Amino acid sequence: MSITRAEIEHVARLARLTLSDSEQELFASQMSAILSYVETLNELNTDGILPTAHAVPMENAFRPDVVQASIGIDKALHNAPDRVETFFQVPPVIE
Amino acid sequence: MELHTLTIHQLHQQLKNRTVSSVEATKALLTRIEATDSRINAFITVAADQALAAAEAADQRIANGDCQLLTGIPLALKDIFLTEGVRTTCASRILENFIAPYDATAWARLKSQGAVLLGKLNQDEFAMGSSSENSAFGPTRNPWDTDRIPGGSSGGSAAAVAAQQAIATLGTDTGGSIRQPAAHCGCVGLKPTYGRVSRYGVIAYASSLDQVGPVTHDVTDAALLLQTIAGHDPKDSTSIDQPVPDYRASLTNDVKGLTIGLPKEYFIEGLDPDVQASMDNAIAHLKSQGAEFREISLPHTSYAVACYYLIATAEASSNLARYEGVRFGHRAKDSQGLIEMMMQSRAEGFGAEVKRRIMLGTYALSSGYYDAYYLKAQKVRTLIQRDFSEAFKQVDVLLTPVTPTPAFRIGEKTADPLQMYLSDIFTIPVNLAGICGISLPARPASNGLPIGLQLIGRPFGEETILRAAYSFEQTTDWHRQKAAL
Repeated sequence: MSITRAEIEHVARLARLTLSDSEQELFASQMSAILSYVETLNELNTDGILPTAHAVPMENAFRPDVVQASIGIDKALHNAPDRVETFFQVPPVIE
Repeated sequence: MELHTLTIHQLHQQLKNRTVSSVEATKALLTRIEATDSRINAFITVAADQALAAAEAADQRIANGDCQLLTGIPLALKDIFLTEGVRTTCASRILENFIAPYDATAWARLKSQGAVLLGKLNQDEFAMGSSSENSAFGPTRNPWDTDRIPGGSSGGSAAAVAAQQAIATLGTDTGGSIRQPAAHCGCVGLKPTYGRVSRYGVIAYASSLDQVGPVTHDVTDAALLLQTIAGHDPKDSTSIDQPVPDYRASLTNDVKGLTIGLPKEYFIEGLDPDVQASMDNAIAHLKSQGAEFREISLPHTSYAVACYYLIATAEASSNLARYEGVRFGHRAKDSQGLIEMMMQSRAEGFGAEVKRRIMLGTYALSSGYYDAYYLKAQKVRTLIQRDFSEAFKQVDVLLTPVTPTPAFRIGEKTADPLQMYLSDIFTIPVNLAGICGISLPARPASNGLPIGLQLIGRPFGEETILRAAYSFEQTTDWHRQKAAL
């Protein structure tokens, strides 16, 4: 399995990661090696095997639909890199 | 005995008898941290002032006749647990200045008993690693040999106990991250069954695998901490609503009638001779106490690492999408536009291993590859889980090494991620199956490095593995040997 630089760029964009040239090169070779390794899973016949998403079988966890106090605006905004009044501030989205 | 060397149950007795105060114990540990941590780097944050204030409050409680098991006991937490008022970094630049607005449930339960938080412990960034070298705050060193890794990702949790900088600690275990460092540092480390302990307020890495557990000096302390942190939490929908047994009742020296399985896939050629000899020694100990042994097979063992690195990275790529520089965490300066700001903030904030796993997970989940990688891995996970349920029809407990070798050297495996991943081969299957496992000190290597023994139990079989571990511990004194610092 070999990953191309173009695939790395595409995946990095999906993952919202800016990668340097040297990171792209390194990850292309390392991910190729790791993906070749994980392809050993194809030795196993999994026809008719159900996938396991969770180790412990469980149904939906419901709770009573009752309003509860939240942490409040001050605490919610406390770690914000930038804020205006009671809002998170971000760089302009529309020019 | 010096206060920093005590176990929870020993210090509890002294606090209860009022022969020592929590402030004295807390000061002794802060002094110990001060004297040793420049060589170990187990702590990211030492919260001395808050710790002393909490110790004073605990002494007041004890004076009023309220001395619960954890009241006044100085503990430390992996920096993955949210702690209100003490910063939580997860060993990442992206959370370097993050102050959590609430406590993780596991910590809240200890705190409500009056436990004292000494500080927050080093780890691999976002719990991704097997050596604690992937920390934005520098690697943690193994107290037994400071040229070696303490294991990971909860390396600080194990190193702090081994260096006697905290009475006990909490870590998290996604693929061995409690058991492997406990083994490398000569501590006891318990990974409970998935759902036994709430993950609320624990920074998520791979949500279907992550579990909270104790790292301690002995099996009794592991049982005591589990007793306090286990149980259903309405704030974690995956925590299981099942009664918590009295784990202390399992601390009996009795393995007669217990059948212990030896999975042949774990005792392979190439296993370090010291590790093999240590396991043989442990088997002989338990046999002499009346346990019966049987060889069993877990046929899909060799696929577990591949399975894990698809499932864990896929879940991580989704979980770590929240670090976008808007609501909390690092934001890149002077970015043009929202998306560029997010991409640049993540580029600056995450270390190499975290980026690598996000990339791998994003790839495995991306259009066209989902069935071939992620879905395939989930099906193999079913096969691995079945291996264990078949085995537990024949035996009560499984005995295996925790790691293929004792602690390796710092820098030895950083250039080759795959080699690093393979060092978790004996711990990963337990997480995929969601069952419980405990690591405890067995006979050390010929050069003195600790070696861990792993006992694996059925889902919610913590009582059985604690009983076997406690019995083994009674016949050995390896857990009492401490690193010279």
